Amino acid sequence: MTSVLYDAPGPRAKRRNIIFSVVFFTLLALLLWWVYTVMDDKGQLEWALWKPFTQSEAWTTYLLPGLADTLKAAGLAMVIALPLGAFFGISRLSDHVWVRIPAGAVIEFFRAIPVLLLMLFANEFYSRYTDVSSEDRPLYAVVTGLVLYNASVLAEIVRAGILSLPKGQTEAAHAIGLRKGQTMTNILLPQAVTAMLPAIVTQLVVIVKDTALGGVMIGFTELLNTRGTLAANYANVIPSFIVVAIIYIIVNFILTSFAGWLEQRLRRSKRSTGAVLGKDDVEEMNAAEVGGSYGTGAGGSI
Amino acid sequence: MFDFISDYDDPTLLGAFWVTVQLTVFSAIGSLIWGTLLAAMRVSPVPLMRGFGTAYVNIVRNIPLTVIVVFSSLGLADIFGVTMGAPDDFELQGFRLAVISLVAYTAAFVCEALRSGINTVPVGQAEAARAIGLSFSQVLRLIVLPQAFRSVIGPLANVLIALTKNTTVAATIGVAEAALLMKEMIENEAQTVLIGAVFAFGFVVLTLPTGLILGWLSKRLAVKR
Amino acid sequence: MKLRKVTAAAAAALVLSITATACGGDGDKDNNGGSGSGGGDKIKIGIKYDQPGLGLKEPDGSFSGFDVDVATYVAKELGYEPDQIEWVETKSADRENALSRGDVKFIAATYSITDERKEKVDFAGPYLLAHQDLLVKKDSDIKEGTDLNGKKLCSVTGSTSAQNVKDTIAPKAQLKQVGTYSECLAALQSGAVDALTTDDSILAGFAAQKQYQGQFKLAGLKLSNENYGIGVKKGDTETVNKINDALEKMVSDKAWDKAVQENFGPADYKNEPAPKIGNIVK
Repeated sequence: MTSVLYDAPGPRAKRRNIIFSVVFFTLLALLLWWVYTVMDDKGQLEWALWKPFTQSEAWTTYLLPGLADTLKAAGLAMVIALPLGAFFGISRLSDHVWVRIPAGAVIEFFRAIPVLLLMLFANEFYSRYTDVSSEDRPLYAVVTGLVLYNASVLAEIVRAGILSLPKGQTEAAHAIGLRKGQTMTNILLPQAVTAMLPAIVTQLVVIVKDTALGGVMIGFTELLNTRGTLAANYANVIPSFIVVAIIYIIVNFILTSFAGWLEQRLRRSKRSTGAVLGKDDVEEMNAAEVGGSYGTGAGGSI
Repeated sequence: MFDFISDYDDPTLLGAFWVTVQLTVFSAIGSLIWGTLLAAMRVSPVPLMRGFGTAYVNIVRNIPLTVIVVFSSLGLADIFGVTMGAPDDFELQGFRLAVISLVAYTAAFVCEALRSGINTVPVGQAEAARAIGLSFSQVLRLIVLPQAFRSVIGPLANVLIALTKNTTVAATIGVAEAALLMKEMIENEAQTVLIGAVFAFGFVVLTLPTGLILGWLSKRLAVKR
Repeated sequence: MKLRKVTAAAAAALVLSITATACGGDGDKDNNGGSGSGGGDKIKIGIKYDQPGLGLKEPDGSFSGFDVDVATYVAKELGYEPDQIEWVETKSADRENALSRGDVKFIAATYSITDERKEKVDFAGPYLLAHQDLLVKKDSDIKEGTDLNGKKLCSVTGSTSAQNVKDTIAPKAQLKQVGTYSECLAALQSGAVDALTTDDSILAGFAAQKQYQGQFKLAGLKLSNENYGIGVKKGDTETVNKINDALEKMVSDKAWDKAVQENFGPADYKNEPAPKIGNIVK
């Protein structure tokens, strides 16, 4: 599609493009040079600060346990949020107003509230009213916050997944005499789950990113949190940030690529109805990481 | 029952939400500008710019916002000395750092929303524009972007709502906005559930009208085809 | 058929990876959950993980610092060998909670004895008298608390020492609050802040880290008295008495001096003599 916007460059356009390239390259190079000199100036390039990352101890003592906690919280949140989301998503499709409206209200409510608020609340709630040990509490609080928010996003994904199926599926099911519940469990859900898989994996990226909030605000020992402990030992603030950022990028990049691959496989396969909820559809539902409640039922929102 | 609210005067409850609103507005303006530039780069004929745009979006979207915000304080300000014109006023500095972090992060999503909007503009429009001799920047400025913006008001509304909620991450570097005040209140007062409800209500009030108004606008302005 | 396989494989992979992490979590829990507190053959002790010289998680996974040495000695007197100790990170805000809930048997984590805290927990000790102080660059001209007016001061979020300076000593100081002290040190080193405040024992530990050796000095101001005690669950007088006996023995058999020497020696930290049990310096 990019090529639609401009012609194949002629001699003048080529020259202009080269000038643009050179100017842009110079700007980028200047920026990188500035970063380099400042880091050099402040002694952030000293090998002693980077060396720990070439040794196994920094990884086995701080980073890997942190990453394990990140993935543990994300995995738990996803496993708990999926059935909850399915329940609310299907409820919102119900024929009965008294089921549909409350389900919709719950979904929109939790999509409107920042995850951080949910985590802070859960943390304090567990501390005051339950006997979760103080060691486990941050994990509980992080998972609770993530579940409440992501169940409501997943509910919308489930709903969109079911709605994305061709109408003929429901009609055919009714024609052969299946009841509403049977149509849902035997016909629609199995196909919807297939259609939703890429969207679900993409949502996992959002969850992984949000665990970091718990690390800073309620002391959950995930990756960003153990980075602090690591930096207390090696006094390497900048290098540790860079390494941790790269780890996040790699993990999330793997998840995103997996989602993309799934989506393509599903689109290409002949046996499906062709209904797929891709990566981009998830963004509609929770754009820019922490989602939006794009108007209760306002047109166009899936 | 609501006595506890008046015990807090630095900031007050409304003051804290006002900071949230300010963070949202400044970041929204910034990320709209930076996001549009990024989108223009991503569809431009210059390969280097395209590459930069693509790399930027893919890197930034895969890093937690929390990492970016915390780094802006500990790395950018403390070590690189980027104090945002306020080296001696940590409150102002924290606010401005939070804004540029939110801009850097949100722009990636604005860029992607715009790009998908550019995709919805029919090929014929761009072809017709080129046929009458418009250059790339003219095609983009006069023909494609105006239509693209109107078709992505919906997705951009989602980004704005997400941004409103994401401003709470500024609490990690001590910006006195709503989430930080909630943390302080909830730790010191007994009415845990009530405090949670008050702050939740605040965010519903902030985000719901945005969604409704922009949802209505996107329907009204949608390019009829 | 093909689609089925792909979907099934994908779903299986997803479920597997998730259950794997989830199971991993459960496994962890079994390891440290069963022993409870005090009972059984393990003892849980709360310390800090990120304070060099007092309580630090070393790269090899072991723990070092004065608090750790004191806790190890006390545990031995209570009948627990070092390999029976299970260290638990107790952050400042969590300490009372962890004790009252019984998550740990006792806490040795730069835990100052205050009247307010005494309402919630019991204290053994004190075992160290520290003072709030400032850490500044070697060539800094900050000599008194009032010099801080108009200067930039760093401390950790929620710390009382920073508020103390701002309220009573230097109201015009600019306060930067970060997550951990190591971040304050990085800011101090690069000149983003002029001073770092907290207990001198903690500051000494950081200043003695090999990356920072020779760059900073303590101002030596004694802005407050911090009596470090060992926190015990409210009402557990028996344990308090046992720990007090252990602490007395530690001082009398010179193990206390040795621990001070080992942990604060390199920092050029002039420690106060071993405090008498129950003698709280206001």
